[in-house]
Amino acid sequence: MDFSIITTAIDNLLRSHLPEQAAILTECVLVALCLVLAYVVLAIVMIFMERKVCAAFQCRLGPMRVGYWGLLQVFADVFKMLIKEIISIKRSDRILYALAPYIVVMSSVLTFSCLPFARGLQALDFNIGVFFIMATSSFGVLGILLAGWSSNNKFSMIGAMRSGGQMISYELSVGLCMLTMVVLGGTMQISEIVEQQLDGWFIFKGHIPACIAFFIYLIAGNAETNRAPFDLPEAESELTAGFHTEYSGMHFGFFYVAEFMNLFIVAGIASTLFLGGWAPLHIPRLEGFNTVMDYIPGIVWMLGKTFFVIWLLMWIRWTFPRLRIDQVLVLEWKYLVPIGLVNLLIMTICVVAEWTF
Amino acid sequence: MEFHNNLFIFSGLALFMILAAMFAVTSSRIMRAATLLLFVLFGTAGLYFMLHYTFLGAVQITVYAGGIVVLFIFAILLIGKGSIDITHTSKLRYLAGLLSALSGAVITIYLIDSTAFDATHFMGKDVPMKSLGLAIMGTDRYNYILPFEVLSILLLACTVGAILIARKK
Repeated sequence: MDFSIITTAIDNLLRSHLPEQAAILTECVLVALCLVLAYVVLAIVMIFMERKVCAAFQCRLGPMRVGYWGLLQVFADVFKMLIKEIISIKRSDRILYALAPYIVVMSSVLTFSCLPFARGLQALDFNIGVFFIMATSSFGVLGILLAGWSSNNKFSMIGAMRSGGQMISYELSVGLCMLTMVVLGGTMQISEIVEQQLDGWFIFKGHIPACIAFFIYLIAGNAETNRAPFDLPEAESELTAGFHTEYSGMHFGFFYVAEFMNLFIVAGIASTLFLGGWAPLHIPRLEGFNTVMDYIPGIVWMLGKTFFVIWLLMWIRWTFPRLRIDQVLVLEWKYLVPIGLVNLLIMTICVVAEWTF
Repeated sequence: MEFHNNLFIFSGLALFMILAAMFAVTSSRIMRAATLLLFVLFGTAGLYFMLHYTFLGAVQITVYAGGIVVLFIFAILLIGKGSIDITHTSKLRYLAGLLSALSGAVITIYLIDSTAFDATHFMGKDVPMKSLGLAIMGTDRYNYILPFEVLSILLLACTVGAILIARKK
């Protein structure tokens, strides 16, 4: 199933009724609307999933009262958040205070738009795709720093500084793991990376170094999203709620949604780079099996893999206790970065010597 | 003249950058100035993307927005609120600032005036990543292996220096 048939049809329809430039403008607006809609819907799905998965790991039922099996709980929460008052803080920088959540959301939406959901169903497909993902995900930390500073609250400030140090450190490991897979694929374009995995996912093609990179990516990705066991920035027993202590209403909602969507993005990138994106599972020399797998549409594969990785990350989150800040930094700088660098070298040797499948 | 999206986008970006730059310079709060500087850098990245030079655009965002501005903000946070006073400056500084701004403007206007902007040189499509990588690592003429290596040594020296300063006795 190729989604470019649908997009081309819409494109032709618009072009036949509108002048060329106006058609392009309309398409831009449409794509943006679809992206934001998908962003919000996925965020709602994920918040519900988090509550249910957390409950399952703690032998509880989770939300059960609102709607059947608690299905309307998240909608009730969103409605509550929407009608809450947005407060302003005394002696704080109002503009930066109001701006900070938008920077975080902007960074996360830009990264989200690079994810390939199916063949032809990808908003941004540059030839530097992977690098663009690294670039756009790198300035989300600015929003967090600004939020902590403009809240005029020392707990927010400590949370923001911790978050900044942690995110900047772990970005390095995430980047190294991504580079390892770029070395294997020989391209940075996301669509091409997925195409290359049609005859075998990278985690199988790249065997040992790819598996190491996948594990490091999962650890570093968890830290990038500020989730337990790396949730020091908002360690509620010490810092109330970290950098978003002073935020209320929808401003807090933006941070909350961006945090969940960053988890989705981390999982989505993991499934794109390691587990084949929308590429179905193919086993060489098993033609019947491969044909059956081909009948499952790409978007189901992509979402299935992504939610599998999300489930893995949630499992980690609800199982491990929180680390101390020095342990977090030691883990990154003394273990993950050296392992990642050596792993990159191993992968390069494997690719040059053609020891890949 | 027909309506063209590129013109629309360019004027939007230009207006955004000029306004952000002006407010960045005139703002008396250092944190706001840093944030506005971030917007100027985003605008520049937007211009690169408009020209289909996606690599430079992404570098602009990674290095400046994700690197330098974060560094600025960290520095401001570590120095503290009270220690920076940018509302009172001496007359000599005003003069020096005015002089450097004027000379910058003169050089820029001269360069824009003296360069022939040839529309046929505009490729209108992305530069392939592979050719960029080969140019950076190539040893032929018009390739950049020497600057690349010099920069790596500079970076290594900086890293060693930072560790030396930061480590415990």
